[in-house]
Amino acid sequence: MSYFTPSTKPAPPRYDLLEKHEEAEVARARQENIREPYVAHNRDAVWVGDRVAAVIENPTPLWWYIAVSVAGGVASFAGLGILYLITTGVGVWGENNSANWAWDITNFVFWIGIGHAGTMIAAILYLTRQRWATGINRAAETMTVFAVMCAGVYPAVHVGRVWFAWYLAPIPNGNGIWPNFRSPLLWDVFAVSTYLSVSIMFWYVGLIPDAAAMRDRIKNKILKYFYAVLCLGWRGSARQWANYEFCYLMLAGVATLLVITTCTVVSSDFSTSVIPGWHGTIFLPYFGVGAIYGGFCMLITLLVPLRELHKLRDIITLRHIDMCCRFVLLMCLLITYIYLMEFFVAYVGGSPNEYFTFWRDRIRGPYGTTWLCMIIFNSVIPMLFWSKRVRRNPWLAFGIVVFPSIGMWLERYVIIVSSIHRDYLPSSWGMFYPTWVDVLTFTGTFGIFFLMYLLFIRFLPIIAIAEIRAVLPEANPHEPPTAIKNGAEPGSHHV
Amino acid sequence: MSKTSPLVCAVGSGAMPKKLYAVGAEFANPKELYAAAEKVRERGYRWWDCYSPYYIHGLDKAMGLKKSMVGLFTFAGGLSGLVGGFLLITITSVYVYPMNEQGKPYFSLPGFVPILDLLMIMLSAIMTLVGMTVLCMLPRLQHPLWEWDAFMRATHDKFFIVIEANDPRFNEKTAVELLREIGGTNLTYIGDEE
Repeated sequence: MSYFTPSTKPAPPRYDLLEKHEEAEVARARQENIREPYVAHNRDAVWVGDRVAAVIENPTPLWWYIAVSVAGGVASFAGLGILYLITTGVGVWGENNSANWAWDITNFVFWIGIGHAGTMIAAILYLTRQRWATGINRAAETMTVFAVMCAGVYPAVHVGRVWFAWYLAPIPNGNGIWPNFRSPLLWDVFAVSTYLSVSIMFWYVGLIPDAAAMRDRIKNKILKYFYAVLCLGWRGSARQWANYEFCYLMLAGVATLLVITTCTVVSSDFSTSVIPGWHGTIFLPYFGVGAIYGGFCMLITLLVPLRELHKLRDIITLRHIDMCCRFVLLMCLLITYIYLMEFFVAYVGGSPNEYFTFWRDRIRGPYGTTWLCMIIFNSVIPMLFWSKRVRRNPWLAFGIVVFPSIGMWLERYVIIVSSIHRDYLPSSWGMFYPTWVDVLTFTGTFGIFFLMYLLFIRFLPIIAIAEIRAVLPEANPHEPPTAIKNGAEPGSHHV
Repeated sequence: MSKTSPLVCAVGSGAMPKKLYAVGAEFANPKELYAAAEKVRERGYRWWDCYSPYYIHGLDKAMGLKKSMVGLFTFAGGLSGLVGGFLLITITSVYVYPMNEQGKPYFSLPGFVPILDLLMIMLSAIMTLVGMTVLCMLPRLQHPLWEWDAFMRATHDKFFIVIEANDPRFNEKTAVELLREIGGTNLTYIGDEE
């Protein structure tokens, strides 16, 4: 559309030099004891919109085609694995002995946990007025939605005869059967479906003004219709904004409540049982912390390539990476405390079975190596984030979080498999070995996740344009420009 | 796209749409818009609105808007989820299909809590979304303002005040004068179809 004239401002400095400028800016901010800017290099609202829209408007880069092909190919593994499972039976997973929950539930908890970090950023940091989070909240929420979708695959197919899965829903059926509302497994069904629905609603509400912005500027006719329908006819009037902001606030509150409920419910799948290693009151914070831990690791894995490949360094700044790394460090400390606490309680608890599970089997049993890797990956390696230099080095952070990402998967594996493979009855002790169907399905969920994420990046704004614009200094109608330069919070003063 | 629709006429061009929907003016930044909005409110207009690419803090108060009613929808949704969920669970697990599970009572409220909580959350989220779209008068696939080319930048870098002809105090002349006085540029008559 010819109405959008190119900016008359002088061309920005060469991109490869920007990181150094940013460091200088950060140093200046520290020296003057003011907040670092939310968007680096004094970029204005127009630049933010143009930059984010350019991700969609520019010709599709080659790496995107390659990445989508790879992700699509890997995603088909999941299709294959699930098809084989449904046509053959749930026994194709290596769960034919006492270890009757293994990779399926491990992967379910792993993916649902990744989702929690997105809600943490988008809802909890919104409620606590952490405005820096606006830069990454769309990327995080998108991660939530797709991760919960991947998680949902497992509870759906692990019931075996999936065509009876609808019996879980409280709807009248010919046999007059109703679900058992006191069962944690039914709570799980409700938790996952509610979490997925509410995450999608929250994510969608955030998208409305940005879809309207894309509708007004995109040249492609088909995409224009797509955005026009998606944004519901948004006009950005003050009356709409007032309702919209209130709606966002309400949904943030609801999502906060939900994220706590969901990790409680997922943890109660285990803690309401009598299995030693599962039967612990610590499981609620354990799963909450673990979920946010794994989620922030995945978020860093997504953000670092995103800011480099799409030239979003001024929006996803070093500060954002730093903040995410700090969360990783905090969660690392909390989870280490919980690991120690579990062993302490098993030691003083007086239950010989629990003592055996932790002090004998978990450390020295057949899964001892897994447990040791978990401890090193989750409690030792992320300690590198104590160093500011490491936190502010995106690719180093990217490399480090690979370990806790794997570590968090190992944690769920240790909790689930090493607790049930040797329970009260030694005659039924056994070992779990994954089959090719297990491996294929799990690898495939990564394909599904990255495929959907790549498609999202290509067609919808990965950065919340309107939200970032609203926290820029220029968006504040009250403060004179000099005060803004001295680090006043935009939008912090109501008349 | 840049073709001027006959529904939209610049003020001073001599032309007028057949049926007037509103008079609109453009502003350069949030500060100007904020100051202008206060002045429009002081004149006692009711059918008017400010348009901006992003939420401007305090603008709703400058316009004299009341607090949003979305919260009531959230509350209503939450309450109906809680009450509806309680009835669903109690009726089915106590009367319709009582199941003896480890000798626990059929009516075991603590065991119902997670699902009650989740149903409350689900319904309140749905009603919040419904409330927002209803109060914003969405979805909308056509609007007179979209005939105005300049208005496409309301989601990009420009700010607008639009005073509608529906307003009881509306008079083309005074509205145009007011918009000019408060610093509006690109003053335009926007017509409605019919």
